[in-house]
Amino acid sequence: MTVEAALIGVAAGVVSGLLGVGGGILFVPALVLVLGLSQVDGEATSLLAILPVAFVGTWRQQRYGNVRLTEGLAMGALAAAGTVGGVALVNVLPAHTVKLAFAALLLVTAFQMVRRAVAPEAAAARGEDRS
Amino acid sequence: MPRVTRARWLELLAIGTAAGLFSGLFGVGGGTVMVPLLVLWIGYDERTATGTSLAAIIVISAVGAITQGFYGNLHVDDGLLVGIPAIGGVLLGTWLQQRVPMRVISGLFALLLTGLAVDLVVS
Repeated sequence: MTVEAALIGVAAGVVSGLLGVGGGILFVPALVLVLGLSQVDGEATSLLAILPVAFVGTWRQQRYGNVRLTEGLAMGALAAAGTVGGVALVNVLPAHTVKLAFAALLLVTAFQMVRRAVAPEAAAARGEDRS
Repeated sequence: MPRVTRARWLELLAIGTAAGLFSGLFGVGGGTVMVPLLVLWIGYDERTATGTSLAAIIVISAVGAITQGFYGNLHVDDGLLVGIPAIGGVLLGTWLQQRVPMRVISGLFALLLTGLAVDLVVS
């Protein structure tokens, strides 16, 4: 279990660094399908798993001058009501609905990937290069 | 540090709220929501939008994880076991990015995500 979890982390990290997608889109299905967490527990735990990656990512991007730190941290803090609301909502929705919604998010992301594969420059111009 | 105007605060509040809702609902960082909005609405360039959204994700995912903890849904051991090795993965992925054909990788990744979506619904 420990080895599996670590391997999932590395694999999700590689894809995240390679394609510029956030870790969560992979952490959630990995936690659910491989480690056997429920959908909501997987989403909860994914949020924790994202933290170290976001820390290191911010630190590296900061060195390249790509981070407006005050605005970024402010936006995160101002997001608190929305975040707590989202968590509260996911905890009252039927488990199956949460799972279907996440599956839909995976398909939307897959579609964006296909579009990027077909026309990378156009996707980048729309600001879809990172998520 | 540059002064943040009142209008900008409101924009950040709106974008942050949308991203927070999204993050809480899906267990992701919310960059999918923030990056395009920062680019199209506030006029950030793409790299700045990505970098700045990462700083916001630190706060958003921390708030989300703590809130989920109150609901008793957080598996701290699994989260750390997955999240800390992921740092090494990200560094490797960023290195690989310059060395592999991105179109092929994007296409393969789309297939993987589609497979995962089917797996989740069936499971």
